Amino acid sequence: MRITVTVDGTEYSDDVEPRMLLVQYLRERLGKTGTVIGCDTSNCGACTVHLDGHSIKSCSVLAVQADGSEVTTIEGLARDGTLHPVQQAFHDNHALQCGFCTPGMIMQSVDLLADNPDPDEKAVREGLEGNLCRCTGYQNIVKAVRDAAHHMRPGAGPEAERVDERTPSHAAGGE
Amino acid sequence: MIPANFDYVAPAGVDEAVRALAEAGEDAKVLAGGQSLLPVLRMRLAAPTTIVDLRKVGDMRGVREDGDAIVIGAMTTHYEVQRDPLVAEHAELIKLATDTVADPQVRHRGTFGGALAHADPAGDLPAPAVALGAEFVIAGPSGRRTVPAAEFFVDFFTTALQPDELLVEVRVPKHTGWGAHYEKFNRVAQAWSIVGVAACVRADGGTIAEARVALTNMAATPVRATGVENALVGQPANAESIKAAAAHAAEGTSPTADGNADERYRKHLAEVLTGRAVAAAAGS
Repeated sequence: MRITVTVDGTEYSDDVEPRMLLVQYLRERLGKTGTVIGCDTSNCGACTVHLDGHSIKSCSVLAVQADGSEVTTIEGLARDGTLHPVQQAFHDNHALQCGFCTPGMIMQSVDLLADNPDPDEKAVREGLEGNLCRCTGYQNIVKAVRDAAHHMRPGAGPEAERVDERTPSHAAGGE
Repeated sequence: MIPANFDYVAPAGVDEAVRALAEAGEDAKVLAGGQSLLPVLRMRLAAPTTIVDLRKVGDMRGVREDGDAIVIGAMTTHYEVQRDPLVAEHAELIKLATDTVADPQVRHRGTFGGALAHADPAGDLPAPAVALGAEFVIAGPSGRRTVPAAEFFVDFFTTALQPDELLVEVRVPKHTGWGAHYEKFNRVAQAWSIVGVAACVRADGGTIAEARVALTNMAATPVRATGVENALVGQPANAESIKAAAAHAAEGTSPTADGNADERYRKHLAEVLTGRAVAAAAGS
């Protein structure tokens, strides 16, 4: 089946099997391996990306369901070599150890901050309840999200990901 | 793992979807948000021959007012239900239960109708639907029919839906001004309910005038706790009378035993959580 999807600002058109998962499409067809697969049960949230501006687990969405949609992955957050404020905050606060959960944690954190630009600790923990980390004990992740919130007022989120706001160097390339 | 092969259709309307189901036969499966179906397909616990995806069926999404009820489209996502002003005003119990469903990512994709049609005994939305006396509007080859919540849930993961039928929308009688609470007991974030209690109370002065209580995961289908409701009506909304009424919570239940809890513990939880849910709903 033919699908057309905009991923990180670039439009792709591909034939896919209906059973292909969105995460497979991103990784195996587009080479966007920044989005990882952590579990087989949709528990861990490592594969979190944004679909039309909302966080989803890309292991639990078929590629065909994303037809006509806009997807943002962890690879689409940085601008001209500058990390997204949430990425920078994870770096500054040592919010990762092995780093496997980080792409999903960051994508969900960006979504959370779009909904709630100044979450308290409880709101951060609840906002990240769909993302598992087996290293950090979450303490520095929570710190990083709150730090990012202070740096990025009045909020990031879907608006910051809009394709038409992209610089030409990001919109170019791909198919 | 990835799903086994299937044929895929994405009809543009309810009638077209019903026709697609009829043509596909008994091994077809409806795809709404996919948050229960996709994991099951991936683990190959199910291998339908055809998937009928409802993503293009626009008239099944959204909430509207219709006289003494609100009507929730089956394809309305949990995220939308959580933020809908009609749901908040007239069926707060559904909003509160939806807040506890899974996690934010799943709530962005998962749908109200999909969760009900899935009929997981540990799912959080069937009990509120039963408590509020919701009606399920079902489309099939010979037109539409309406099934009360108490008859919609038939058994574990089994509803009144026939293979060629589709849940289109759910009519929820308005419970404007009622206090509501959903008390969920689970071990960790995003885990299924071990037991859940949906409570909705209309207080008049300090007295409980009406009460609706239903239980999650205390049987194969949601259980209406009529013993509790009857014991509450006419009583003062205080700790003593709520505790006495909650002692009836396990009546008529037949919970399963699993790794989380045995039958006796679930019955104990039903009583304790009913007390908490009713107290919170009654604001006492």
